[in-house]
Amino acid sequence: MITRFLLSNMDRRGLVFLALIAAIGLLVPLANLLMPAGSPLHVSTATMSLWGKYLCYALLAISLDLVWGYCGILSLGHGAFFALGGYAMGMYLMRQIGSRGVYGNPVLPDFMVFLNWQELPWYWYGFSSFPFAMLMVLLVPGLLAFVFGWFAFRSRVTGVYLSIITQALTYALLLAFFRNDMGFGGNNGLTDFKDLLGFNVQAQGTRAALFAMTCVMLISGFLIARGIVSSKLGKVVIAIRDAESRTRFLGYRVDRFKLFVFTVSACMAGVAGALYVPQVGIINPSEFAPANSIETVIWVAVGGRGSLVGAALGAVVVNWAKTMFTSGFMAPYWLFALGALFVFVTLFMPKGILGTAQGWWESRKRPAPVPAAEPAPAE
Amino acid sequence: MNAPTPGALTSSLLYLDGVSVSFDGFKAIRGLSLTIEPGEMRAIIGPNGAGKTTMMDIITGKTRPDEGTVMFGGSVDLTKLDEAAIANLGIGRKFQKPTVFDFHTIEDNILLALKSKRTVLKTLFWQTEGAQQKRIDEILGIVKLADKRERLAGSLSHGQKQWLEIGMLLAQDPKLLLVDEPAAGMTDGETAQTAVLLKEIAKDHSVIVVEHDMGFIRELGVKVTVLHEGSVLAEGPLDQVSANERVVEVYLGR
Repeated sequence: MITRFLLSNMDRRGLVFLALIAAIGLLVPLANLLMPAGSPLHVSTATMSLWGKYLCYALLAISLDLVWGYCGILSLGHGAFFALGGYAMGMYLMRQIGSRGVYGNPVLPDFMVFLNWQELPWYWYGFSSFPFAMLMVLLVPGLLAFVFGWFAFRSRVTGVYLSIITQALTYALLLAFFRNDMGFGGNNGLTDFKDLLGFNVQAQGTRAALFAMTCVMLISGFLIARGIVSSKLGKVVIAIRDAESRTRFLGYRVDRFKLFVFTVSACMAGVAGALYVPQVGIINPSEFAPANSIETVIWVAVGGRGSLVGAALGAVVVNWAKTMFTSGFMAPYWLFALGALFVFVTLFMPKGILGTAQGWWESRKRPAPVPAAEPAPAE
Repeated sequence: MNAPTPGALTSSLLYLDGVSVSFDGFKAIRGLSLTIEPGEMRAIIGPNGAGKTTMMDIITGKTRPDEGTVMFGGSVDLTKLDEAAIANLGIGRKFQKPTVFDFHTIEDNILLALKSKRTVLKTLFWQTEGAQQKRIDEILGIVKLADKRERLAGSLSHGQKQWLEIGMLLAQDPKLLLVDEPAAGMTDGETAQTAVLLKEIAKDHSVIVVEHDMGFIRELGVKVTVLHEGSVLAEGPLDQVSANERVVEVYLGR
């Protein structure tokens, strides 16, 4: 049943995407590990980690597209779920440091020693275990989304009001995580990681494995999201997006369907955050910044809202452009470029890169689009 | 729920008594009482602002009445339930402005309406069974959209959307259908066909039709209730009602 759920009605675009990510996930780590540094086929560890970061963003974009593109919930706080997943992973990595910290305390992370704390806060218990931490990567964002969604969707908060509340949610978390007494390292966040499952996080092999794992998770996330949107539930969710009250009069409990996709999406964003942290080596409260969540919305809009492949594509393209822009003389102008890109896409490519390309492709295939022979409706 | 349950207050399918509701001090419905028997088709007419749509909102749970009784099947208090629960009890509604899911195909529109368990898990792992597919095909045939099943509903003409929505009501298989202005914006030919379709449906469903078009109501040939300023002004066969002095005054106009 699960296989059928994940693979039924796979379209060509989805297959191309899956094949591409699988190929990247296999070939890039090999090119990094096996090719000598001078070879033109060699991929440097820095480049690989950078692209690993883009692919984490792609997973985040897919999770946002699931709620925004398909269910019409414009979440401007999806960065919060991403950051919470990241913090859960960061807490595991902190506990792995053990007595190798600057202060050499076998239990307490450095920042707690610095704050003169005597013992580990209760909510850090268990994070030395990898399976527990991974469970929290899913559970913490999922639970927050569930509780938040429960109240918001039941009281029928929709549209711009919901967007504002999600924005407030991530901003509140930003302020909370900035506080030293929260026990998450304050504004410095969590960093100086040493080991992941006993492997050095800085080592080339670990980096390659993390990259491959990111591809595996991106593929899984895509399959799950696609399974959801191509099921009957996906049709209900699109119906909710287009005519919410009509769907309610058909007997669907709209709040429960929204809650389901919102929670699944938050878990997916959490996984993206957890993969992101060991690859960039730090997690701090700035990940909760409202601007980050808004940027995610732009990726999805640029790539093509309502298309999972489009969302992933948008995340990679915009972030690649961002790297190009911010690492040269153009650096001061990145935000202008991002804004201009958003305006351009909204005005001229309302279906995003993928939607526009598809429209162009179809009009090429059928050169003269004859309007369907339809008896003119006499009205 | 077809047969009145032992504790039933009434044998009527739908029973409204002394229902009132006001919006910001404006009394949209005042002391409205109405009963619909199982299997009955009823036409409701009235000038603009008479409370026809508000009455439908109350029956379907969109609006809560300030006072009064609204019972379904003799024993279910509709004022305590929300839209989804009421829809699942077996009350279907067609809106005045045809509301179909524009970005779904016509077939998917029917599939979404098709009577089935509406839970999250059931829809996630949904498989359309043979009997269900047969029913979808049947309905597409009844509303004459079978050859357009793969097209997006948004591409239909106004009249076709009205028919699709009636098809969706059929798929829901409700005990009671509330149909708001089914003939609005239709040609005379389409109107006549719609009347035939509704009469066909009324053979095994109870139907309430709200309509402005007198010719259409005459074609239906059913009992008529006239609403005026939120309560019932007259009730009876069309000829009798249209001979009523007060009705002529408030509605048929002079």
